[in-house]
Amino acid sequence: MTATPQFRPTKPESDSPGSREVVLRYFAWLREKIGTGEERMTLPPTITTVSDLLHWQVTRGHPFDAAFAKPDAIRVALDHAHAKPTATIANAREIAFFPPVTGG
Amino acid sequence: MSVRVGTADFDVSAEMARIAGNDTDIGGVAVFVGKVRGRADGQDLVSMTLEHYPGMTETELERIETEAQHRFNLSASLIVHRIGTLKPGDNIVLVIACAPHRHDAFAAAGFLMDYLKTRAPFWKQETLANGKSRWVAAKESDDTAAAAWRSKPAD
Repeated sequence: MTATPQFRPTKPESDSPGSREVVLRYFAWLREKIGTGEERMTLPPTITTVSDLLHWQVTRGHPFDAAFAKPDAIRVALDHAHAKPTATIANAREIAFFPPVTGG
Repeated sequence: MSVRVGTADFDVSAEMARIAGNDTDIGGVAVFVGKVRGRADGQDLVSMTLEHYPGMTETELERIETEAQHRFNLSASLIVHRIGTLKPGDNIVLVIACAPHRHDAFAAAGFLMDYLKTRAPFWKQETLANGKSRWVAAKESDDTAAAAWRSKPAD
């Protein structure tokens, strides 16, 4: 009697759902409060929407807690396109956070 | 149709000649120039610094221009937006809309500005005469103006 070895296919890390490396960008007063314009980050797998992301930022301690204290005041872009809080992050590589725009 | 973002100033006549060229189907050209005011909320302004999101800015301006093409009968259009530190009286933004008829030219210029104000990723920081700096807050009236277009579907 020989036990059949169980074959378990493994996926590369980058393909695992909900956990991926992204570039986070910050602009205007948000950049000033955070002290950097850009960081690389592996997002927790529980984050699926823009709203999840905004609320996760608050949990990161100083200076993110203060910078993201009012998540409704912050806009988000996924790969250079505006995204609503309900939008799914999916495979976005670059996620930007900024105050409402004031150009023109 | 084109967009440009940079520190350099613009020459309205030269830009108009460049985009309208010899197109004799154009019957009207609407030009809007946005400038730095010397006073803000009763305080004297020394300078205004414009930050933007390179890459997204150009993409978003092109999206706005494409949307204008769908909505209006346009022959040509141009958006130029400056970044960096500007002084009171300096030009900030130029929008030119060329169309066979004036209504499309006027409306498209208004639409381009209303959308740019609420969607293009630029942020203004004012430096006041008292030495303090502050980020300009977004205006609700700008959101209202852009929302009014959204309730008018494109033809």
